Amino acid sequence: MFEAPGIPRPHYRALFQTLLDLPPEELRKSQQAADLSFLHQGITFTVYGNSEGTERVFPNDLLPRIIPHAEWGKIERGLAQRIAALNLFLEDIYHSGKILADGVVPKELVYSCRHFRREMRGLNIPRGIYVSICGTDLVRLPDGSFAVLEDNLRVPSGVSYMLANRKVLKKVFPTLFRDYGVCPVDHYAQALLATLRALSPPGSSARHEPTVVLLTPGVFNSAYFEHTFLAQQMGIELVEGRDLLVHDNLVYMRTTAGLRRVDVIYRRVDDDFLDPLCFQRDSSLGVPGLFNAYRAGNVGLANAIGTGVADDKAVYAYVPQIIRYYLAEDPILANVPTYMLTDQSQRNYVLEHLDQLVVKAVGESGGYGMLIGPQSTAEQREDFRRRIQAEPRNYIAQPTLSLSRAPCFLEGEAQARHVDLRPYILYGENMTLVPGGLTRVALRRGSLVVNSSQGGGSKDTWVLRA
Amino acid sequence: MNDRRETTMLSRVADSLYWMSRYLERAEHTARLIDVDLQLRLDHSPDAGSERWLGLLQALQVPAPEDGSLDAETLTHLLTLDRTNPSSIISCVAAARENLRQVREQCSSDMWEQLNRLFLQVKSTASSEAGLLDSYQFFRAVQDGAHLFQGVTDSTMSHGEGWHYIQLGRFVERTDAVARLIGAHFNRSPHPLDQAVESEEYLEWVALLKSCAAFQAYCKAHTAELRPLRVAEFLLLNPGFPHSVRFSVDRIHAALSAISELTERKAGQPVRIAGRLRATLSFSQIDEIMASGANAFVDSIRWQCSQAHTAIHQIYFDYSVESALVA
Repeated sequence: MFEAPGIPRPHYRALFQTLLDLPPEELRKSQQAADLSFLHQGITFTVYGNSEGTERVFPNDLLPRIIPHAEWGKIERGLAQRIAALNLFLEDIYHSGKILADGVVPKELVYSCRHFRREMRGLNIPRGIYVSICGTDLVRLPDGSFAVLEDNLRVPSGVSYMLANRKVLKKVFPTLFRDYGVCPVDHYAQALLATLRALSPPGSSARHEPTVVLLTPGVFNSAYFEHTFLAQQMGIELVEGRDLLVHDNLVYMRTTAGLRRVDVIYRRVDDDFLDPLCFQRDSSLGVPGLFNAYRAGNVGLANAIGTGVADDKAVYAYVPQIIRYYLAEDPILANVPTYMLTDQSQRNYVLEHLDQLVVKAVGESGGYGMLIGPQSTAEQREDFRRRIQAEPRNYIAQPTLSLSRAPCFLEGEAQARHVDLRPYILYGENMTLVPGGLTRVALRRGSLVVNSSQGGGSKDTWVLRA
Repeated sequence: MNDRRETTMLSRVADSLYWMSRYLERAEHTARLIDVDLQLRLDHSPDAGSERWLGLLQALQVPAPEDGSLDAETLTHLLTLDRTNPSSIISCVAAARENLRQVREQCSSDMWEQLNRLFLQVKSTASSEAGLLDSYQFFRAVQDGAHLFQGVTDSTMSHGEGWHYIQLGRFVERTDAVARLIGAHFNRSPHPLDQAVESEEYLEWVALLKSCAAFQAYCKAHTAELRPLRVAEFLLLNPGFPHSVRFSVDRIHAALSAISELTERKAGQPVRIAGRLRATLSFSQIDEIMASGANAFVDSIRWQCSQAHTAIHQIYFDYSVESALVA
């Protein structure tokens, strides 16, 4: 927020002034009102491995994060480029595999990925779009530029908090909001619906308006609030696996008026659990026979099955090459430098510098399976050393980033906390990027982990009109 | 299969709305019953206590504690804040909320917020050190909360299929609860049917009416002179009073007819059962009913009510795939 101590960056000045003018009591009251409104609306998430009070309010911070128009323009172009390239990459590796034959991305890396689905080989999917909904994690580096930390190409979550935060902030700072000229985000749900409809199987639109449903693992899933919220905003049915059935390769939902055909499923269930006949057999969250219906082209899925291979953290290291290969352009957004632990010399370097680096398991998300070197104990480092040596393909390492910080209203005063940014990209008939995103905050002082499951919170993100 | 946007409702969702409504009605009923009972207790000699408790437990279909302890504090706790008792107020409100939580995109956000608030209120009473210090306040709050939820539901949710399942749940539960209460009362307090009740006994009859939220409405119709025959007629056959059995059955029939029309299904069974029940109540005379015994009559009503419940379940919530594909 500050360009030098005490001097706010230009676009933060009005906010800073408002804060100075407000009696702290005022702000505290607003925060309480906001917290209460989240509690009453039941905007909660679930923490796993904690039996008591598993339902928690997602902490929201009142002070918005502000992004000037020009900075956003670059983010927008960069993400559009990235998603286009990653989709071409997925289409390629599940068909002829040119990029692998040309040696740009090592074959072993793709085929050894836990999220590679051989069932998808040679399958043609609607519009060839594998990733329709993507949430990419960006961080702002010390030089002020944004870099991509992670691509989330499977079932990214958090967008409902972006919308909920905005609703609250508009109530708390109406004047400030208007004077700042903030781009709206409220059309997200409608854009999402259009994106999903674009995936409906050919021929279904002749029959009727495509029926889109949102498939949730159920009320115990950590993002259940979001599933209900999005379904309601789009006006589509929220279904569980047990509400759907497949007959003659057609998908139906069980309604009080009988069975009704389903054309597109926005699934918030992982690949593994989608179809017990095809993937994990003991899954009760999925729909038996769904994959066959998908293969027969009778139902659209968003995202497609097997997209996880492209957000594997080891494949991530190759995204710049992937962009150059398919689009013949230079990447607009930089990657964070990444050490491949399958490479002998890089591995040795990492093992010697574990106390300075961040190590991540390639297939994990949500802040699980991570080692943050500078904040780790010798014991944890030893543990990761053993794990890396046992399975080098399963880990990557990155330098510990000094994430940018933003002011948060904590303990009655503004305090700086580390933040990242997750914008949401939709890719159907067109590419849509809603101006804004979820700014996640590491609420614990000094912490670098922003995930909600690890004590993170969020704040509204204001992209300015001009 | 054409596009019937207005009427699409998942079976699971309908099931949840139905049960949400039943649980909330049950919580309200329990709160009112205990509230009335505690008030009445104040006018009684302390040693009449344990028998009253047994009656109350029976009316709520809660088994008496195994150790046989019947002191007021233990039993009030058992019926209100005890999570291990599935019929306690807190369990019912929690179950109602859990059902609504699973379908919250189907209801208005006002509805969800209202029910969630009621739940948080009950929960905070349960977790506070003081417990049920001010029990009157607590039972009032539960009843108010339930009423508020009904009002919010009626004025913010569109009166489509989902709303009808909510109606259905509420009135199925109510029919059963009120019928049970009447049966038990006439069993316990034999009194010449057409004579005004007096003194000590009077209070018992007031309590029966109050347990059905019917005392004021009865007085308006028949003055404060209570005759068992009139009380029975009022609670069983009055067409306009919302807690009477006949009123409830009328609502059940209306909801089922609406649902059957909206889903365009030939759902004969539930409508037929409800229609028969409705006819029975419309055309019965109270002296005939009482001649063959109030108990036999309410038992038959309760049995038909449970038949309707089963039929609803089989036709709308849990049908076989084969039967649906043929249709």
